[in-house]
Amino acid sequence: MSELVFFSVLNGLVYGMLLFMLASGLTLIFGMMGVLNFAHAAFYMLGAYFAYTISLYTGFWPGLVAAPLAVGLLGAATERYGLRRVHGFGHVAELIFTFGVAIVIGEVVQLVWGRPAKSYEVPAALDFPLFHLFRSSFPTYKAFMLGISVAIFLFLLAILTRTRAGLIIQASLTHPGMVGMLGHNVPRVFMIVFGIGSALAGLAGVIAGPVLGTFPGMAQVLGSIVFVVVVIGGLGSLTGAFVASLLIGIVQTFAVALNVSVGDVAGAAGIRVASLPALHDFWRITVAQVAPILPYLLLVLVLILRPTGLFGTRET
Amino acid sequence: MSTPTAARTISVADPARPSLLRQYGGWVAAAVALALLPHVLRAPAAVPVMNQMGIAVVFALSYNMLLGQGGMLSFGHAVYFGVGGFLAAHALNLAAQQGLWLPVPLVPIVGGLGGLLFAAIVGSFSTNRAGTVFAMISLGIAEMMAASSLIFDRFFGGEEGITTNRAKAVSLGGLSFTTDRDVYYLIAFWALISAAAMYAFSLTPAGRMANAVRDNPERTEFVGYSQRWVRYVSFCASGLFAGVAGGLFAVNYEILTAENMGLNASGSVLLMTYIGGIGTFAGPVLGAIVFTFLQSMLSDYTSVWLLYLGLVFLAAVLFVPVGLAGVLAMHGPAWRNRGFGRLVGPYLVAAVVTLVALVGVIGCLEMVYFFVSAPAGQVTKRLFWLTVNVYTATPWTAFLALIVLGGLGMRWAGPRAAAAFADASLPRAAR
Amino acid sequence: MTPAIELVDVHKRFGGTPIIRGVSLTLEPGQRHALIGPNGAGKSTLFNLITGKYPLTSGLIRLKGKDVNGLRPYEINRRGLSRSFQVTNIFPRLSVFENVRCAVLWSLGYRYSFWHLVNAAREVRERTEMVLEQLNLTARRHVPAGVLAYAEQRALEIGITIGGGADVILLDEPTAGMSRSETEHVVQLIRHVSAGKTLLMVEHDMGVVFDLADKIAVLVYGQVIAYDAPERIRANAAVQEAYLGVAQTATT
Repeated sequence: MSELVFFSVLNGLVYGMLLFMLASGLTLIFGMMGVLNFAHAAFYMLGAYFAYTISLYTGFWPGLVAAPLAVGLLGAATERYGLRRVHGFGHVAELIFTFGVAIVIGEVVQLVWGRPAKSYEVPAALDFPLFHLFRSSFPTYKAFMLGISVAIFLFLLAILTRTRAGLIIQASLTHPGMVGMLGHNVPRVFMIVFGIGSALAGLAGVIAGPVLGTFPGMAQVLGSIVFVVVVIGGLGSLTGAFVASLLIGIVQTFAVALNVSVGDVAGAAGIRVASLPALHDFWRITVAQVAPILPYLLLVLVLILRPTGLFGTRET
Repeated sequence: MSTPTAARTISVADPARPSLLRQYGGWVAAAVALALLPHVLRAPAAVPVMNQMGIAVVFALSYNMLLGQGGMLSFGHAVYFGVGGFLAAHALNLAAQQGLWLPVPLVPIVGGLGGLLFAAIVGSFSTNRAGTVFAMISLGIAEMMAASSLIFDRFFGGEEGITTNRAKAVSLGGLSFTTDRDVYYLIAFWALISAAAMYAFSLTPAGRMANAVRDNPERTEFVGYSQRWVRYVSFCASGLFAGVAGGLFAVNYEILTAENMGLNASGSVLLMTYIGGIGTFAGPVLGAIVFTFLQSMLSDYTSVWLLYLGLVFLAAVLFVPVGLAGVLAMHGPAWRNRGFGRLVGPYLVAAVVTLVALVGVIGCLEMVYFFVSAPAGQVTKRLFWLTVNVYTATPWTAFLALIVLGGLGMRWAGPRAAAAFADASLPRAAR
Repeated sequence: MTPAIELVDVHKRFGGTPIIRGVSLTLEPGQRHALIGPNGAGKSTLFNLITGKYPLTSGLIRLKGKDVNGLRPYEINRRGLSRSFQVTNIFPRLSVFENVRCAVLWSLGYRYSFWHLVNAAREVRERTEMVLEQLNLTARRHVPAGVLAYAEQRALEIGITIGGGADVILLDEPTAGMSRSETEHVVQLIRHVSAGKTLLMVEHDMGVVFDLADKIAVLVYGQVIAYDAPERIRANAAVQEAYLGVAQTATT
């Protein structure tokens, strides 16, 4: 039991910090520009695929730097030549645009790399268990993932709180109009933030690809969860994104690891289950089955009860 | 005996009530056209595609009640389509196995009720706000339904879905629905009725205030309307008609799966509605027809048809946000001012250079696809009635050159076409 | 007679900043009242409090004797109070006719009906035409409201406000940004549409204020320092000092 708990917490942390890497970019972009970037997960996917292709020629490590850079540049270009155009048409138009970008990127990936999953592997240097506990082992690569995510988090924290650029970005998060009035080139700031956010998503793809799989559907797998994280944490709040990422990461990992059914829980609580055929489906529901629904249930509840999220101050 | 002029009343046409012909002529013409269509288009593949189009038209019109008329962007509209469809399929099965009196022509009503009920439930909390919050809630609901479909497999049929059989239901007045063509007439009937109903809705207080709430939700509160309730009514009506489309789907394909309720289906209806044009009533109709046509025809020729559709969608969002119908409507003044003659030349030139660029783009994309996915050993491909060897430089340079040439041509011809359009739209006296 | 609007010790704070600091006012029905004061005095905030856009921090607001604190704007509107906005707040994509029609629909009982066709409802049409006549916008009825000239939009703004037949009308700077002749037209319009009704308007143009108002309230730093007939306001020393300035440049 404690083995289950220990490894679930650890895996939950790894997954949660990965979610944070994705969510941080998304919440920055949203907080600053008011755009919920549907294509964010698509940039994550591109990061994985770019790194895969690079790894075919040079091995894993150069991709760690080159792929996020390429994705970041692509993101900046998308903002400059696409999003900026539709910015004036309102939030609905912006959402629709990023939705279209997500579709096109998804199709282009299928076109260029094909539909079957790619064998983007963990680099040999990291492919060994870090430690053994009870009967299971913890792979070093996951520790590496955790390490990179935490490093990015600290890096973001440092930049945002200690540099002038970071202060401008923080200010733009809550008062973009005012920041423009102060003489800063707000469109350029937007483009840079969009680029950095996309690069972060790409980096997440680079490190997650070997573990979560590199296939055309990988954007859909994580895409919606990241939205949930950002909304629950609070649109525009990095602290919120951090807390919500870890929360969702750990809860989801636990829910999948456990496998009790609703009937078991009811039975343990002493509730006698009369077997009504219509409710038969309901009693057989296991925690693992409900797990995928939980984040979205939370999303809808938060949006109804507290649209600013846990830590956010702005609504949409 | 001649009537003295003083006693004759002069009637002035009420500008708000055009003649009966103008009001209903269009609908009558549409009904006639729909009735004749299967006789005109006789290819065996035509009727199934037309059935698909009919269902898509109702679905897209229902979606535009939210997006174009109400300003509400939903990423999960297929949920109401699906729930309606599943309910209809179950009802048909009950009709076949347990003698429930439900003739096939009434099945779409069951679908509509399913869509309405579910929309009434979800709308009770989702229509509080519009904008991004509404969109996110719709996404959350769609994801929840996608996950729920595997849990409640009695209703959703799990992985295989729910199948049904329209031949087993009770017959209404001797009408049988065994062939595709029989189903065509059913779909055409319901599509026309639904479109007329949705059009009428847009002319009711509820529909008109939906437009007002879209434009200025704050002000509608200050004229006595709760924006929440206005949105809720639109939302329920939209769910009703999405459910009707789902019911038609159940009758036509006799199978419903969770896919029909999922995010891809919701994305498709967004695409087709937007491409058609969200600002006019007929836009979604046009978009549904074009989208279904491209989807069914293109998929025979190329595997990357969704990429093409996605690119068209992006182009529409960036450059032509009014959509196809919007572009056509923009030419109204030119038509009324008899300016079409001036358009022919510049438009033709612009069309040719655009075509050149398109051929180049399609050629490159198809060659890339072939390069990546063709089985080993195959080096040549049929493209635009030519056989090309993708491993040589010639076809690549040729198509790239076409893109460049076409692009330059568009830069030259585009402004000229725009100027011609502006000119043609002027009243004759001003030219 | 029940006062049309009653404010009892109304306070409003935004965050820590008090904007309205204890306003008590009783507006008798059937009269035209003006609310004047320097910029930042809180006039628009007071409007927003009365019409339900913001909740009160403390105090009471009564409309025709009934407490309206906490009610949504549409609930207050249905009780017979309607307001216009300082920044034109119309439905830009709808035609002028449709703009006015929106204001007319609820009061004629059509609610959220999806079983009536608006074009077939004669009373809706007639009432809308009547309002358009008053606004002098009949010729522009099919023009999308967003492309109207500024003065026409302001007239439409008033039209939407009075279309529903409310008997308590609040106008927020109706003549802002208008030329002399445009102002005169609007003053005529206001005089016409507020006949027999209660009017409260915020105005900066003193000519309009003294022309139309039966009583004037002066708001300075969130408090009413005077509420009286125009001549007595003109002579009031505190008002002169706070607002009109020592040199009497008020009249035009």
